[in-house]
Amino acid sequence: MSSEQDIYEEHVLDHYEDPYHRGDLERATHAHQADNPLCGDSIHIDLKIGSDEKIIEAWFSGDGCVISQASASMLMETVEGKTLDEIRAFSAEEMLALFGPKLTPNRQKCCLLSWRVLQSAIHAPVDDLPADDDDTPDVHFGGPSLGEES
Amino acid sequence: MNKPCPFNELEIDGIRQQFPILNRSTSSGVPLAFLDNAASTQRPVSVIEAMEDCYSRYYANVHRGIHTLSEESTEAFEQSRQIIAQYINAADTKEIIFTSGATSSINLVARTWGDQNIGAEDVILTTIAEHHANIVPWQQLAGRTGCKIIFIPINADYTFDDQVVIEHLDRYQPKLFAFTAASNVLGTKTPVKRWVERCGERGIKTLIDASQLAPHEPLDTQSLGADFLVFGGHKMCGPTGIGILHGKRDLLEEMPAFLGGGGMISRVTTTGFKSAELPDKFEAGTPPIAEAIGLAAAAKFLNALDRERISKHENHLCQIADEGLRAMPGVEVIGPTHDQKGGIVSFSIRGVHAHDIAHELDQHGIAVRAGHHCTMPLHHYLKKTSTTRASFYLYNQVEEVARFLEAVEKVQKRFSPTGRRRRKRNPE
Repeated sequence: MSSEQDIYEEHVLDHYEDPYHRGDLERATHAHQADNPLCGDSIHIDLKIGSDEKIIEAWFSGDGCVISQASASMLMETVEGKTLDEIRAFSAEEMLALFGPKLTPNRQKCCLLSWRVLQSAIHAPVDDLPADDDDTPDVHFGGPSLGEES
Repeated sequence: MNKPCPFNELEIDGIRQQFPILNRSTSSGVPLAFLDNAASTQRPVSVIEAMEDCYSRYYANVHRGIHTLSEESTEAFEQSRQIIAQYINAADTKEIIFTSGATSSINLVARTWGDQNIGAEDVILTTIAEHHANIVPWQQLAGRTGCKIIFIPINADYTFDDQVVIEHLDRYQPKLFAFTAASNVLGTKTPVKRWVERCGERGIKTLIDASQLAPHEPLDTQSLGADFLVFGGHKMCGPTGIGILHGKRDLLEEMPAFLGGGGMISRVTTTGFKSAELPDKFEAGTPPIAEAIGLAAAAKFLNALDRERISKHENHLCQIADEGLRAMPGVEVIGPTHDQKGGIVSFSIRGVHAHDIAHELDQHGIAVRAGHHCTMPLHHYLKKTSTTRASFYLYNQVEEVARFLEAVEKVQKRFSPTGRRRRKRNPE
């Protein structure tokens, strides 16, 4: 059917149907949420960060395409046990590599949504949870936007 | 007179041969089935050649030079205006304003007629099914003037209730009712003439967004009687960067000029300017010359094919797609039945995101649109984050619709839950 690599490889669909830590975390110490306004995908992440600055638990919830939800599941699985310094050093390119299949610029945005939310969540203690995502790292990739039409 | 009938296979083959782009494949190597026509259509050779002819034989700026090329360019440009006037049966060629698109046409009205006539106490009425292009300019006007914008809701069957429209006209007494002739998502057609008449009786001005109507059906502005009507070129086989504002002449005469610059003046001094006559008054700067000529070629192309038959053909394809999707369990059609719409079918599959549907359909060579289609208020109202849309045009075939339905079934199977378990990725 396709000469291109299939972005919906088995590993991705497994995470989509049987995600790691989908749900809310009671007594989360840090949390953040953001949307992809172009397609309406949304991801919320709850974290429990220990006094040693390590992520003890990471949970996500949200709506969206296979790419956005499966990549969030993979990210949750990966970040537990990591230090905040390690999270800060975890780049967008590494997130795309963690996901696996090569994505077009438009679909990279789907994959990077949970990564953006995570990067903000580690700076967002639940006591003073910001409602907006203005402080999220703004990563721009090329390509036309799927959301616009004139 | 014979009733218009859909194109037969032989006729479709002939039409398709005039669109070179339809011969290509998608990135997956499968022949293209282009079902994203409500976003933008493709162009026939006659349009491409008309523009090429302009650029390679007689192009120069219009209305300015006293030389051969400028005279020829000006004549072709003004002839294009006449052809467009005939295309929508305008009472007067001076009522045809060339803009850069339907969006800029609406903005022109909001910034001139709106600023001149709308105050803090006034209401602009519209519908919940509008494209952002027919919402945001009015919100910007509200930002400048403090006016209110009221949205008419839609029924559960995705049609509008005349009685509800009349109640809104009477309750809010809007200065303007700006509405779409056909929704770009639901496909729902509105009874333009009837609503315009109801507004006329109450002294309410009307603006019709005909973006999804002008490419598909005969359009008679004198019969419809709307004060303003807008559409773009690229949804009707024409070039991008050109659109039309049709307005009643007396209204256009009273409106202040929009953009200032060359071409829109009759005289400029160091202390002020006097606007040019219609239509130049609203066409500041060098206009989209080759684009106007291309749009006229598109209008001629559509007329030659007979717009009655074009719309019949599209609706025939729409019916097959609509009924096919409704017969699939877990698939929901977002829109009325085919007899209430033109050639648009939007749908969602339970548990599958629109982007995944569109991506998978592309792997089958099928181009559809996924997302909110520039109608976020409508999607919010319908409690949907996104939908997938197939939209048909004169060159689409029954066979393409069959391929589309088959692919949708495959997509649904592929993404439906199968009891998968997450595993560690195999070491490579």
